[in-house]
Amino acid sequence: MKRLVLVLLLALCTGAGALQAADKLKVGFIYVGPVGDFGWSHQHDQARQALQRALEGKVETTYLENVSDGPDADRAIERLARDGCGLIFTTSFGFMDATVKVAKRFPDVKFEHATGYKRAPNLSTYAARFYEGRYIIGQIAARMSKTGIAGYIVSFPIPEVVAGINSFMLGAQSINPNFKVKIIWVSSWYDPGKEADAAKVLIGQGADIMVQHTDSTAPLQIAEERHIHGFGQASDMIKFAPHAQLTAITDHWNDYYIARAKAVLDGTWKSTDTWEGIGGGMVVMAPFTNMPDDVKAMAEATTSKIASGALHPFTGPITRQDGTTAGEPGKPLPDPEILKMSWYVKGIDDKLP
Amino acid sequence: METFILTIITAATPLLIAAIGELVVERSGVLNLGVEGMMVMGAVSGFGAALLTGWPLLGLVAAILAGTLMALIFGVLTLTFAANQVATGLALTIFGLGLSGLVGESLVGLPGAKLQPLYLPFLTDIPHVGRILFGQDIVVYLSIALVAGVSYVLFRTRLGLIIRAIGNNHDSAHALGFDVVAARYACVAFGGACAGLAGGYLSLAYTPQWVENMTAGRGWIALALVVFASWWPWRLAVGAYLFGTVMILGLEAQARGIDLPPQALAALPYLMTILVLVLMSGTRILTRASAPANLGQPFIPDR
Repeated sequence: MKRLVLVLLLALCTGAGALQAADKLKVGFIYVGPVGDFGWSHQHDQARQALQRALEGKVETTYLENVSDGPDADRAIERLARDGCGLIFTTSFGFMDATVKVAKRFPDVKFEHATGYKRAPNLSTYAARFYEGRYIIGQIAARMSKTGIAGYIVSFPIPEVVAGINSFMLGAQSINPNFKVKIIWVSSWYDPGKEADAAKVLIGQGADIMVQHTDSTAPLQIAEERHIHGFGQASDMIKFAPHAQLTAITDHWNDYYIARAKAVLDGTWKSTDTWEGIGGGMVVMAPFTNMPDDVKAMAEATTSKIASGALHPFTGPITRQDGTTAGEPGKPLPDPEILKMSWYVKGIDDKLP
Repeated sequence: METFILTIITAATPLLIAAIGELVVERSGVLNLGVEGMMVMGAVSGFGAALLTGWPLLGLVAAILAGTLMALIFGVLTLTFAANQVATGLALTIFGLGLSGLVGESLVGLPGAKLQPLYLPFLTDIPHVGRILFGQDIVVYLSIALVAGVSYVLFRTRLGLIIRAIGNNHDSAHALGFDVVAARYACVAFGGACAGLAGGYLSLAYTPQWVENMTAGRGWIALALVVFASWWPWRLAVGAYLFGTVMILGLEAQARGIDLPPQALAALPYLMTILVLVLMSGTRILTRASAPANLGQPFIPDR
């Protein structure tokens, strides 16, 4: 008897599931951090909520947070696919191979992988040109720093992070050719304590500008405490550092997510490679604060030049750390080279791990 | 140099506090793997209470209470119902991480109240050593006092003798008329209080904010420290400070552009701490002698 009831219940559940799947598009998200990190994953989740609101009644969203990069990702993505998701966003570089694998197993499900470069007929990639914002903050840093040294806290040596450091440095060098950057790799996207420790160490060694490519607000809070300046990451962190934050490079995925879900609903979804920057609205600079008017004017001018395409941070020729050059004179570096960047520009004393 | 030492102290303090609590728990023969879960609940409760009342000290009290409550859940399951301690401890960690995310959802992204460091006129102003000796927040002093207190109670008092007896042989202790379960409840609660306080230190002093999963594995490091310190309080203090020192040294080396892979530098604190503590524990017989013999074994009173 018990077993019969169970079977009936199961049948009911799956039946209901199938019915639901038929009239609504289920959209799944995989986050590398907690939605409450107030950084990278937070912004993706904001966009998920925007998608839910914009296509109310047509889509149903679900997410898995705190999914680590390794074999766990494989299972997490597969779980969403088995749960009946028709569209799945995997929102960290480290999910790349897992997404490719699962996409092969579920040819009818559409996949979207953020910041990667491997595509398939049912797997798109999308990313934001964060390096554009980093050029701007590099210029601001060079103008605002008294010691001429910035502290830069980074996670892992993936191309996006390396390109960010280079773009920052090129921006800074356009103002002060002797600008120095001290780099600490904390080997984590998210460890507030360790990020705070790294910030303290960098300040102790003379850095008076704090830059981060990690996801917590801790470095900026230390900057506030020690009366220096810094930049927010992924979301506007001004509340944590009202006197320290100069600006923040924020991600806006809302429009993209809504457009892609609509495309699936219309049946027009195709595997694409999207890479938008300030011009396309995926990267938005938070208000320029805590700086003199002339620095602000410079930052705004650079922002609009980058948005219009008049200025490209990686315009050749770029001198690499080892003295060789990259890119053709007067032309921007081709996108594939930026997406696979694994070298430092001249003037950075660190060595790539 | 001064900031270097100050950074080490803040990095080591939460580890030390969480670990000293767990040391007492394990000395009584209970293995609670839920340190991370209790810590993270302490962090969210402490932050929330400090934000609501504006009093960071009240936040610390709330953190201690939250950690204790979590520990009591563990106590009911493993001591009263004699459930498997390893499984229950792991479940407690997962539960704590999830629950803290849930209750803390509305606290994310709010700047909190910071626990202010002590300021004594003249003393704090002494160059070089003033801020290190007299300019910390109270939790730092409390952590040292806790180590001294635990060391004294465990090895110089009757109570400590009972705790160790229960940890080494609960059947004999029971036969002698000691209430094994009650004593273990007290130790587990103390461990929870310490873990909660350590969590509160994270969200009120270390990085004054609440973000999900902000403990980032510190509970597990604390657990490992207890074992590598072979259940001796002062060794634990050495271990925690050594761990902090090597970690900060690694960051210093990186910022100075010293040519070592950061992955190796990140692994160094773990390696160094294990190495030193293993060397310190001397002969293997000594280590085995200090491990509570009944660690992790459930006790079911026969009458």
